[in-house]
Amino acid sequence: MFINPLPSSGMFTANLPQRYRLDRLFVFFCRAAIVLSILALAILMYDFLVDGLPRLNWQFITSFPSRRAASAGIAPALVGTIWMLLVVTCVAFPIGIGAGIYLEEFSGDSWFSRVIEVNINNLAGVPSIIYGLLGLQIFVRGMEPITGGRSVLAGGLILSLLVLPIVIVTTRESLRAVSDSIRQAGAALGATQWQVVREQILPIAVPGILTGTILALARAIGETAPLVVLGALTFVPYLPTNLQSPFTVLPIQIYNWISRPQPAFHDNAAAGIIVLMLVLLSMNATAIYFRNKFQKIRA
Amino acid sequence: MTFELPSSRSSDLWQPNRQMSKLSEGAAKATFTLFALVSVATTLGIILTLIFETIEFFQVVPLWQFLTEDRWTPLFADAHFGIFVLVSATLLTSAIAILVAAPIGLLAAIFLSEYASPKLRQWLKPMLEVLAGVPSVVYGYFALLFVTPLLQQIIPDLQGFNGLSAGLVLGVSIIPLIASLSEDAIYAVPRSLRDGVYALGGTKRESIISVVLPAALSGIVASLILAVSRAIGETMIVTLAAGQNPTLGFNPLVPIQTMTAYIVQVSLGDTPAGSLAYKTIFAVGMTLFLITLALNVFSFWFVRRFREKYE
Repeated sequence: MFINPLPSSGMFTANLPQRYRLDRLFVFFCRAAIVLSILALAILMYDFLVDGLPRLNWQFITSFPSRRAASAGIAPALVGTIWMLLVVTCVAFPIGIGAGIYLEEFSGDSWFSRVIEVNINNLAGVPSIIYGLLGLQIFVRGMEPITGGRSVLAGGLILSLLVLPIVIVTTRESLRAVSDSIRQAGAALGATQWQVVREQILPIAVPGILTGTILALARAIGETAPLVVLGALTFVPYLPTNLQSPFTVLPIQIYNWISRPQPAFHDNAAAGIIVLMLVLLSMNATAIYFRNKFQKIRA
Repeated sequence: MTFELPSSRSSDLWQPNRQMSKLSEGAAKATFTLFALVSVATTLGIILTLIFETIEFFQVVPLWQFLTEDRWTPLFADAHFGIFVLVSATLLTSAIAILVAAPIGLLAAIFLSEYASPKLRQWLKPMLEVLAGVPSVVYGYFALLFVTPLLQQIIPDLQGFNGLSAGLVLGVSIIPLIASLSEDAIYAVPRSLRDGVYALGGTKRESIISVVLPAALSGIVASLILAVSRAIGETMIVTLAAGQNPTLGFNPLVPIQTMTAYIVQVSLGDTPAGSLAYKTIFAVGMTLFLITLALNVFSFWFVRRFREKYE
């Protein structure tokens, strides 16, 4: 008996209309996903703008917290956030950039540099609240004579450790983008490695490093959890004056207002969010400006 | 008239100060090595801090009690220490988050890499970056004061604090992470593979689903695991929107308390250092650290094991 090697049911039929219909459906879902993400961002911004804009005025920026929502303000929180910015800039930048230079220019491919690299990857995955526990134990309790307990310095140091992996990684990427011929030219002229890095490599890499570090700073400013664990205060009726002062920051003030039951405080929180987002977006814009400048130079 | 000769011939010739160069080279290298060690010290600090306080905690509360009890009431007179109560809440919010974020993030990544024109990409990527940069306390505001009231109109049983809206907003917050990391992986798949499918008569969707996605699998899975790990460690959204009420179970409509929310609750209260309540936050922190570490190590292993290399 003859058996048909290609039974009609197993024959290949292109069936293109059906497959193109599926294609169009697939594109629709992909498009819907991206629209949905952007829409979420839009609704989020609309929500706090509508709630917060009526509350936002000069009195709100310059006032101290208060039991009455209408007279409360963010002055200590804003000053605290600026303090955090200063401490993180002074601590995380030199250490992060220095560590990045070491790993990229000096260490070569030794076991030591590989250990540090794995270690940095792991640190980037540690939840921020765990850094708070570290800070509570080491900076607040262990180093109390230096930091003064739950102070500006303790908070700034823990945020610095938190963003250190970001600064190190971006520094390395920017250094790696600099052409090797410059290093070789420097060596041929008899310069030491450090002289080449200082005079030639770093100036070229600076815009890239700045982009990454500004983004790292923005991350530090938005952090709430580690500072809450550290014991930053939620009610500070004065401005922090030195590194050992108790402090609060914008996200903690916002958190405090959200968690109160009265709706008037929720509007304060929304107004605080507007100020925080303005600070963050202007930092992002600066970073993007540097990145575009960087790309133009390299192009 | 006498012409004054320079005292030494060498002064008008440049001479390298090799002594000085060597010194500054050594100093720079030593300083930067020290800076690189700060990151190692941080890791050691975290591990030692957690281990130290956790050991003290387990000297008071036996390990089996910590793992098997079904209540978490460490601040009450009748104290119970069932960590699984907090873990279940964390699992619930993270599961909701990844169910929302995985499909949306992945489809968005496919759109950005395969369908969007370069110009559109240039606009969409910074917007996703902004979404990624929104502080978690802002998402918490959104979850508690916008999403929950909205959901309550659809689900009347929903309570003011609940795992559902916390998980949903948590999902929105990790979409950019999945989208950008997966897009990197998908974008890196070489063009020739796609062309191969077209040559066989495949459509664009068929090339993406049957060839491009499998080729980018290791990167995609890594991005999903990182997103889960981020969701588990996320603090402010779940603290604000899910509540402070440790209940065992996976009901998304009632108030629950995640591991991170418990640490915040104790930190905000007036807990003296050295007390048992103080030690519990380190034990909870240790649990959290171990879970996220396991996920990170697994994703690292997965990428190395399944990475497809193309030249």
